[in-house]
Amino acid sequence: MATVTFDNATRQYPGNPVPSVDKLNIEIADGEFLVLVGPSGCGKSTSLRMLAGLEEVNGGRILIGDRDVTNLSPKDRDVAMVFQNYALYPHMTVADNMGFALKIAGVDKAEIRKRVEEAAKILDLTPYLDRKPKALSGGQRQRVAMGRAIVRSPQVFLMDEPLSNLDAKLRVQTRTQIASLQRRLGVTTVYVTHDQVEAMTMGDRVAVLKDGILQQCDSPRRMYDHPANVFVAGFIGSPAMNLMNVAVTDGGVDLHGHTVPISREDLSGVGKDVTLGVRPEDLELSSDQSGIPVTVDVVEELGADAYIYGSTEQKLLEATGENAGAVPFIARVDGRRPPEKGEKIYLKPKAGHVHVFNSESGLRVGD
Amino acid sequence: MTLEITTARPESALLDLPWSTPLEEWPESHLAALPRGISRHVVRFVKLGPRVLAVKEIKDDIADREYAMLRSLRRLDVPCVEPFGVVHGRTTADGEPLDACLITRHLQFSLPYRALYSQNLRPDTAVRLMDALAVLLVRLHLEGFWWGDVSLSNTLFRRDAGAFAAYLVDAETGELHSRLSDGQREHDLDIARVNIAGELMDLAAGGFLEEHADPFEVSASIIERYHTLWHALTGTERFEAGDRWRVDERIRRLNELGFDVDELSITTDIGGTEIVITPKVVDAGHHSRRLLRLTGLDVGENQARRLLNDLDAYAAATDRQGDDEEIVAHDWLAKIYEPVTRAVPRELTGRLEPAEIFHEVLEHRWYMSERAGHDTPIEDALRDYVQTVLPAKPEEKAVLGVDTEEMPVISRFD
Repeated sequence: MATVTFDNATRQYPGNPVPSVDKLNIEIADGEFLVLVGPSGCGKSTSLRMLAGLEEVNGGRILIGDRDVTNLSPKDRDVAMVFQNYALYPHMTVADNMGFALKIAGVDKAEIRKRVEEAAKILDLTPYLDRKPKALSGGQRQRVAMGRAIVRSPQVFLMDEPLSNLDAKLRVQTRTQIASLQRRLGVTTVYVTHDQVEAMTMGDRVAVLKDGILQQCDSPRRMYDHPANVFVAGFIGSPAMNLMNVAVTDGGVDLHGHTVPISREDLSGVGKDVTLGVRPEDLELSSDQSGIPVTVDVVEELGADAYIYGSTEQKLLEATGENAGAVPFIARVDGRRPPEKGEKIYLKPKAGHVHVFNSESGLRVGD
Repeated sequence: MTLEITTARPESALLDLPWSTPLEEWPESHLAALPRGISRHVVRFVKLGPRVLAVKEIKDDIADREYAMLRSLRRLDVPCVEPFGVVHGRTTADGEPLDACLITRHLQFSLPYRALYSQNLRPDTAVRLMDALAVLLVRLHLEGFWWGDVSLSNTLFRRDAGAFAAYLVDAETGELHSRLSDGQREHDLDIARVNIAGELMDLAAGGFLEEHADPFEVSASIIERYHTLWHALTGTERFEAGDRWRVDERIRRLNELGFDVDELSITTDIGGTEIVITPKVVDAGHHSRRLLRLTGLDVGENQARRLLNDLDAYAAATDRQGDDEEIVAHDWLAKIYEPVTRAVPRELTGRLEPAEIFHEVLEHRWYMSERAGHDTPIEDALRDYVQTVLPAKPEEKAVLGVDTEEMPVISRFD
């Protein structure tokens, strides 16, 4: 097991004017589960491959533990790319299916058996070790495939969209399995996905990339509550945060008669307006016709809650990633008394639950 | 949803296939074989008119991606299966959505490695398969293709004048780059070694592997073979300015390996005493292209080499070495090659490809001549071959696989 350090790591393809990964700096703790997430082309897979040794590093360094692996070949890095395409062999026992790759690496028989037994215990496969894969259920077979990676006991596991060919239901099941398995094994893991829900539910920390540049690397909670910039704010969270440009007034911003207070100190560096972000669950119905006027287009009733999708005169910023596209104003309201379609309502952000960004730089203002 | 079929060869019979049924449950009347082969997905062979198609059920985006990838590889002239189409928008009778299907054409006279191992094999089969796979991998890497799942199961083999030629079957994990890094190539090799060792160990566990063949040694040999070929094709050579013959020698060596040099970089040092050459672009198919140009025959590289040798021998024997090559080739085709391949009784034409039969007849003639102590006319060799050798061979035109278990690892759960 080991830490992983990206130290100004840069990858620029020949003929490409801008780097695909630009001065990436992340320190991953021993045993940590780090998820790289971002829209396609953001550099997440390239970063993983730089760590795996599949992409040349043009600048900076990559360390595993204290060892500089920047120029080592993939097989000398002691990392394992996990279950992209493991096949099971029908004539071999479960134990042999799990352990045969160790034979290639020259590990002796007793050690192989020991590691296979340990992995089998973690994967609940002990009673099946001497059976053939045919005698196993689909889920057990899947765990045998995981066992193949585990017995190698690498310093770091690398996973590049491992769930992308599963249907939605299996994806959720397998997601949970991988996360819990990783915690039991305690092996440092770097995981790449384009799906922010996957990132937020699996990672100890999440690193959001865009255009080859790291936007923020934080725990899922911190990322959700304190997005560092407008991009992260719009990318993380489903449904997406409502983002709008509003004019700055004395002591805050004005939403049709409702003032959202912002400290003078925070407003000192910004221009005439700021980007205000409010998550759908941080809005409440206003009783006095102040706040953001919204005409309800769709009501999505979920039992305890309901989401309303509406339109407003307020200029909205388009969200990013899978949230991109149409930008309705979204609010979560009480599911027992939702407004009706066509109704005009006024919404106010709950106190302390707004995010303010510099409308030019997009950076977060204040805490 | 509406059914949506994308295909390069519009064929109305495609509409008659039972797309609203999960592939696993397709009725036998449509199938050319039982479910076979180790696969993460359900793959079945389907009869469609005179053709056999392989149908793979996978997620929509992956099907599209693989279809496009196979088309790109075909355009790059890399040996791989021919993509036939993609079917989207499948639903069951109850309206449940089904995964997309990727359709590829079955490669005639190709053999899956498991089928090869269920026959009586020459002892060095494993080694010849490694040779073929190493050539394929080098060709893919030269084009910037990273395979990601190199294995015997993802490859089909065609007999090629005593050797084998390998074809890529599964491009699901592949990526096309403008150039591969050394790390990417090494990773592919590492994957190849582990997968092949696993596949051979499995054959050994099933009692199909020759006893003296060591799965680890055989699988490791692909790395050495790959590196030797890669170096021969791309390596830089330095020599004194006086040794200019070495430029031609390098090109001749590459031709012998079956490659044409499309672009060669030649530089000299400042004083002009040392010359440095590096092949920049090499194209496989040196012999097969030449044969195609001369005769119109489209055959494997080794078969082409063999046929061209026979063509040269014919020119020498008829004292026509000074004549126009194309005219001699035309006569050779009409007087030697076609009479041999046409003499094969119809019921035996499915045993081997014509060019492979021609190669075997030449081999047979050599053995007969050696036994007799004098030259045997090709007509005699042909007669004897068709009577005694060919009927004992298995039918190989449409071998789809041997009896193995479908083993979806990722796609199913408890």
